[in-house]
Amino acid sequence: MYKVDVFVVLKPGVLDPKGEAVKKSLNVMGYEGVNEVRIGKFIEVWLDAESREDALRQAEKMSKELLANPVIEDYRVKIVEGE
Amino acid sequence: MRFGIVVFPGSNCDADCYYVIKDVMHEEAFYVWHKERDLSSFDAVILPGGFSYGDYLRAGAIARFSPVMSAVKEFADKGGLVIGICNGFQILLEAGLLPGAMLRNKSLKFICDQVHLKVSRTDTPFTHLFSEGEVIKIPIAHGEGNYYCDPETLESLKSNRQIIFTYSSPEGLEDEEYNPNGSIANIAGIINKKGNVLGMMPHPERCSEAVLGGTDGFKVFASMINWAKEASR
Repeated sequence: MYKVDVFVVLKPGVLDPKGEAVKKSLNVMGYEGVNEVRIGKFIEVWLDAESREDALRQAEKMSKELLANPVIEDYRVKIVEGE
Repeated sequence: MRFGIVVFPGSNCDADCYYVIKDVMHEEAFYVWHKERDLSSFDAVILPGGFSYGDYLRAGAIARFSPVMSAVKEFADKGGLVIGICNGFQILLEAGLLPGAMLRNKSLKFICDQVHLKVSRTDTPFTHLFSEGEVIKIPIAHGEGNYYCDPETLESLKSNRQIIFTYSSPEGLEDEEYNPNGSIANIAGIINKKGNVLGMMPHPERCSEAVLGGTDGFKVFASMINWAKEASR
């Protein structure tokens, strides 16, 4: 079994109202040097795969199909555990 | 005319649509559970509003993999009329039946309000009973209705005349001031190139009777019914 970490982030230029609200809050708290905050998703997936490459291929495919929406989001996958 | 109203786990405007089709429009309405795979007996399909699958991951992201969605695609490919309202619009976007995606409202608030829309095209099955440039008043209720697409897609939507409804002032001014959610180009509803699949965030089924404060939504369904009757003649 492999464990894959999937990071989903909004594409550059896509408005992130949640990130904007958090940024403003940080500024109000005194973190005046915070210029931008973008909020994405971190998804952990445990899966069966024949090999590391297979696990990566599966994770890429599921990211493209469901975990991220390619219209607004970019993703990257990383195998973190497995034989 | 036979309307199929798709019910996903978490749909909550299905009963309103059913009521409008059956008791207001006096046409045939049927609920279609999302596990169904055949829509061939219907003349039109409605994807209603709600929170399919709790909007987990992204609004509409999981619903698009329901078995019925392959049937919706097939139905649309054959030219059948499909209207996605609110969550139904989000599902159509996720399924790729319409271009673009929805973001969280710019204000971060869930907005439940009455807004004005400008009807920019009247040669479609969904809008031909409106007059060109008519401004209608219609309810919205969503947290993720901030329509987004890249600049190329926006250009293609414009040049193919796919933008059907835009948020506007009561006089029809499409200004940022009258944009409730931050949608690009004030977009409230778009149609596919072929003209048989419409997605809109506002709720026509919530303003189809005078007792509910307005009847502008009535014309959307009446247009569809009228169009189908003309086509079968």
